[in-house]
Amino acid sequence: MAETVLSIRNLTVDLPEGADRPHAVEGLSLDVRPNEIVCIVGESGSGKSITSFATMGLLPAALRPSAGEVLFEGADVLKMSEAGHARLRGNRMAMIFQEPMSALNPCYTVGDQIEEVFETHATLSRSARRKRVIALLEEVRLPDPERIYHSFPHQLSGGQRQRIVIAMALAMDPTLLIADEPTTALDVTTQMQILKMFRRLKEERGAGIMFVTHDFDVVAEIADRVVVMQKGRVVEQGTAEEVLNHPTHPYTRQLIDAVPRRTRAARETDAGAEIALRVQGLEKAFHTPRTLFSPARTVRAVANVDFTVRRGETLGIVGESGSGKSTLVRCLMRLTEPEDGAVWVGNQNLLETQRGNLRAYRKEIQIVFQDPYGSLNPRRTIGDQLLEGPTNFGVPRAEAWEKARELMRIVKLNDEALYRYPNQFSGGQRQRICIARALMVEPSILIADEAVSALDVSVQKEVLTLLREIRERMGLTMLFITHDLRVAAQVCDSVIVMEKGRIVESGPIDRVFAEPQAEYTRKLLSAQPGQGWEVPDLGVTA
Amino acid sequence: MTTAVISKPLTPRRVMMRRALRHKGFLMAGTVLALIVLAAIFAPLLAPDDPYEQDLLARLQVPVYLGGSWDHPLGTDSLGRDVLSRLIYGARISILIGLIAACVSAVIGTTLGVLAGYFGGRVDKVVQFLINVRLAMPVVLVGLAVVSLRGGSLWVVTSVLGLLLWDRFAVVLRSATMQVRSMEYVAAAEVLGAPLHRVLFKDILPNVMNHLIVIATLEMAHAIILEAALSFLGLGVRPPTPSWGLMISEGKEMLLFDSWLIATPGLAIFVLVLCINMFGDAIRDITAPEGRN
Repeated sequence: MAETVLSIRNLTVDLPEGADRPHAVEGLSLDVRPNEIVCIVGESGSGKSITSFATMGLLPAALRPSAGEVLFEGADVLKMSEAGHARLRGNRMAMIFQEPMSALNPCYTVGDQIEEVFETHATLSRSARRKRVIALLEEVRLPDPERIYHSFPHQLSGGQRQRIVIAMALAMDPTLLIADEPTTALDVTTQMQILKMFRRLKEERGAGIMFVTHDFDVVAEIADRVVVMQKGRVVEQGTAEEVLNHPTHPYTRQLIDAVPRRTRAARETDAGAEIALRVQGLEKAFHTPRTLFSPARTVRAVANVDFTVRRGETLGIVGESGSGKSTLVRCLMRLTEPEDGAVWVGNQNLLETQRGNLRAYRKEIQIVFQDPYGSLNPRRTIGDQLLEGPTNFGVPRAEAWEKARELMRIVKLNDEALYRYPNQFSGGQRQRICIARALMVEPSILIADEAVSALDVSVQKEVLTLLREIRERMGLTMLFITHDLRVAAQVCDSVIVMEKGRIVESGPIDRVFAEPQAEYTRKLLSAQPGQGWEVPDLGVTA
Repeated sequence: MTTAVISKPLTPRRVMMRRALRHKGFLMAGTVLALIVLAAIFAPLLAPDDPYEQDLLARLQVPVYLGGSWDHPLGTDSLGRDVLSRLIYGARISILIGLIAACVSAVIGTTLGVLAGYFGGRVDKVVQFLINVRLAMPVVLVGLAVVSLRGGSLWVVTSVLGLLLWDRFAVVLRSATMQVRSMEYVAAAEVLGAPLHRVLFKDILPNVMNHLIVIATLEMAHAIILEAALSFLGLGVRPPTPSWGLMISEGKEMLLFDSWLIATPGLAIFVLVLCINMFGDAIRDITAPEGRN
């Protein structure tokens, strides 16, 4: 027992009255030992973040721990005074948040912000502090620490910022490090570097690390022990090997089963099918005019993009953030005006169509957006929003209602949902509503723009299955935009890899992922977490 | 215990109703405002005397709380008119001016702001120019100029205020519209071939409505104060119309001797404006609780 850094015993945190369940966390017990990474896994709302906040003494005022104890180095954190907490935080225990931009103060240089930790918790001379900061920046492998020291957060990339946050957390050599989804907001290649750093820190610093995540592949990459949470309770815990390869609890099995496989369900594609969409030489650049302080800048967001999609085919477009995927989609839909090129749907060039005549072709291409919370108007009923499309194309109301009912059945929602408002649906349900809305006008091409990225794995699996069913049933052509290569591998027939607005590689998905030609594709593939882990086939049917 | 609440479907309207009924500021300010509005509507029934009737023999009678008689609970002014009656009738003027000026401004400002926010580019530049022009004109000065040229009357004052107070509507709704415009449901509606007017009226306006209502209450209070100020300067509504600003103006010579003459309408303006502002804040809390700080 003396060896544990953190030992949580029977922790229960109450939710305010009127919430969907009485406790945010119920009877939770876990241990973190030095030199160990404990991963807490669960879907959104499982209470994993509440656990980390309770340990840090950062619970929101509405949530109160009602039972149990959180023993950190032998003392109960829950019984400590606010000042006692403050002495521990940043000193003996430290936290790394999900969003590195909001965790740093934009008004101070990162050097100042790291030094502040020393000012609070140690008595060091100015030059000694500075030396320690530079050493820390070197430890988290930031290039040119002197320059970084004087940089402001906005001058650094997301990965660099996360390193700064980690450096801050490490400043006082804490015995416990809590990381709450530290890589979720980062691109895969950056995520890989940060994960590697966590592994190194564990070995070099000997600290205990509590790592909160929703991604089983990340767990497979770094965890020593795993705690699986569902609705505030621990359903399973054990070593990484046990939990990942021989899960016993049905919920864990279901979660692991939902992890996207890197292999695709074999599917016939008709190479002779007619071409549904042909994009030629598409160009879009963003111009920032010269100002007093900075010269004019032009960013080519989409540069000379060519591709074709055959009827019934699913084309994946993959790339990291800033690769131009979203701009490409907006250009295809003419939500953004491209500067040059042609988009042929059948024998009609969408880009030469006058804005006024565009409506007729809107029917052909529909889109499902990424954010299930931003893509439904909160002030209109679902039915009203589903009817929007058919109404605009002059379909009689009664007929449109009939169609809406049918589509609700197809996306596995109740008819009654049509009379409700979006706030009554979960993220996954909203995404299904968005799919139904897009299908209301019977498009021939459906674009899914990161349509499953914001969803929990099990929900993600449901939506992917639904999309596959619909595609087969209606013979849809799909463009599937994603940053997640695992998901792409599962649903796409062929793939385009984009980097900085250009297509660096394209071809059938099996070929591209098995024998990547471009340097960038290889980099992306090797940065996938959890490659050493063969997802066990549990035979669960969700 | 919560099942009763959950079983009813939570439409946005029902959620707001629930928040409203739990909001102390909303209930308090709402009650006072309702009382003032009712008093204004039923003035002929409530007012003890004719607000225009002079009684020079009963001039400057002190109110009850300073030892006066119950014939004139709030005393009489320098022409012997009953202050309570004038106060009740004066509420009509204040509320009328506040409402009409706020509505006219809301229409102008919302149109400009929403168009600027939705279209951006050149439209936005023109609107921003108009806003700057408007901001460069001091309201009271322009109001004074127009009133002194056209002569003061209720309608002149109201329309001048209505045509001058739209700047805040335009500024706030412009940025609110820009924000809503970038939401994906607007893009989805466009992609579904929705014509412009449907996007504006079904997707944009309902989602900027809470800003609109809050600004409207602020501007209503603003207009009431400006009317009082113009009347005080002698360029607002014309005597003997009972207006709270005019009552202060008429009492100003007596400031050192009979200060209650000014205190009474002054307090009325204070309470009305305070309640309208509180009401606006409450509406903001109720429609967008995340915007509170």
